Amino acid sequence: MAGAKEIRTQIKSIGSTKKITKAMEMVAASKMRRAQERMKTARPYAWKMRNVVAHLAHANPEYKHPYGIERPVKSVGYIIVSSDRGLCGGLNVNLFRKAIHSMSEWDSQGVKVNVSVIGKKASAFFKRFSAEVVSEVTDLGDAPQMEELIGAIKVMMDAYMSGDIDRLFIVSNEFVNTMTQKPSVEQLIPIQANELEMDEGKMNHHWDYIYEPEAKDVIDVLMSRYIESLVYQSVAENSACEQAARMVAMKSATDNAGKLIDELQLVYNKARQAAITQELSEIVSGASAV
Amino acid sequence: MPSIQVDIVSAEQEIWSGEGTMVFAPGVLGELGIAPGHTPLITKLNPGDVRVLQENEEEQFFFISGGILEVQPHVVTILSDVAVRGGDLDETSANEAKQKAEEALKDGAAELDYAQAKAELASAVAQLRSIERLRKLRQ
Repeated sequence: MAGAKEIRTQIKSIGSTKKITKAMEMVAASKMRRAQERMKTARPYAWKMRNVVAHLAHANPEYKHPYGIERPVKSVGYIIVSSDRGLCGGLNVNLFRKAIHSMSEWDSQGVKVNVSVIGKKASAFFKRFSAEVVSEVTDLGDAPQMEELIGAIKVMMDAYMSGDIDRLFIVSNEFVNTMTQKPSVEQLIPIQANELEMDEGKMNHHWDYIYEPEAKDVIDVLMSRYIESLVYQSVAENSACEQAARMVAMKSATDNAGKLIDELQLVYNKARQAAITQELSEIVSGASAV
Repeated sequence: MPSIQVDIVSAEQEIWSGEGTMVFAPGVLGELGIAPGHTPLITKLNPGDVRVLQENEEEQFFFISGGILEVQPHVVTILSDVAVRGGDLDETSANEAKQKAEEALKDGAAELDYAQAKAELASAVAQLRSIERLRKLRQ
């Protein structure tokens, strides 16, 4: 019966693990819904912002913002958006792989790479990686706030303005659906011209704004807010991805635990039956001997 | 009475959207009143109240902590900031993010420093909050 007892404790411990993963799955599911909503509510701002910036680009103001100007690339910046917590499948690992792949291309061309990390996982990962980490933001929680991101973004925007980096990319997960999250690398600065294309109909009106106080001031603020809104959008989307990935990972963990318990139960039953049979035959043979 | 589409959005959510006959906003160069048919205008906003007068004489009030007002021929858009922003405050948070990266690089013993860094960050955040509150009061 010794084997049976061991199996029984094992079943029990797997059972409690299963309970935990099940709970985590349900928590992630409800958090995912909220994260998705947050992702959606952030959209109108980015959308409006884009329209205004596009309009500015076409209204031909006398001042052209540096974010709109391509220049030779000597060094590049990356903003890596990751999660604070693990247990979400391959979400972060896939993202880092994609980031490193993109970085190594620049590296082979002799271009310096600066990294700004968002989230604990990226912070831990890029500490070990050779790239230079210039800023770090962690502990954003489930509801990321714009306020907390401003610092990390500003470091990179300042670096661009001072010429320390010539291009800025953002690496984050794209929320395709609950089952699929796609790691993606996108260029933030210089703002790509095709992003600023407008609908044909609107192009006909060629009017410029009155700027208050001055075109330069307004456009500067507008551009930095635009970049910030894009980053916020990515962070919000990444948080939805995190919850979705965790939900799926925990679901499969729960399923696996269930399977394992079933198998062990079978082994346990067999061991128990074997023990009973053995005892019976011992009793019977003992009785016949008497 | 002519009216104009008004959209008020912030980076974190859509705040209000609807028709209005008049929009009042705290521009950096002074209080603005936008009526339908206003010439295209783009301006920075100070922290303050935005009022939208609706067709049914009702008034909508919003507090915004700065942002940008854009007037197009048929639509007024207010892109509100989520927090009070100022050059020095932005600078502080940027420095914080930099420092954090430097600290993290310097110290190998992650677990121990992590707790300390977290405590420091919490106090820094509290400080930032109080600066904000002060600024709001002063407005």
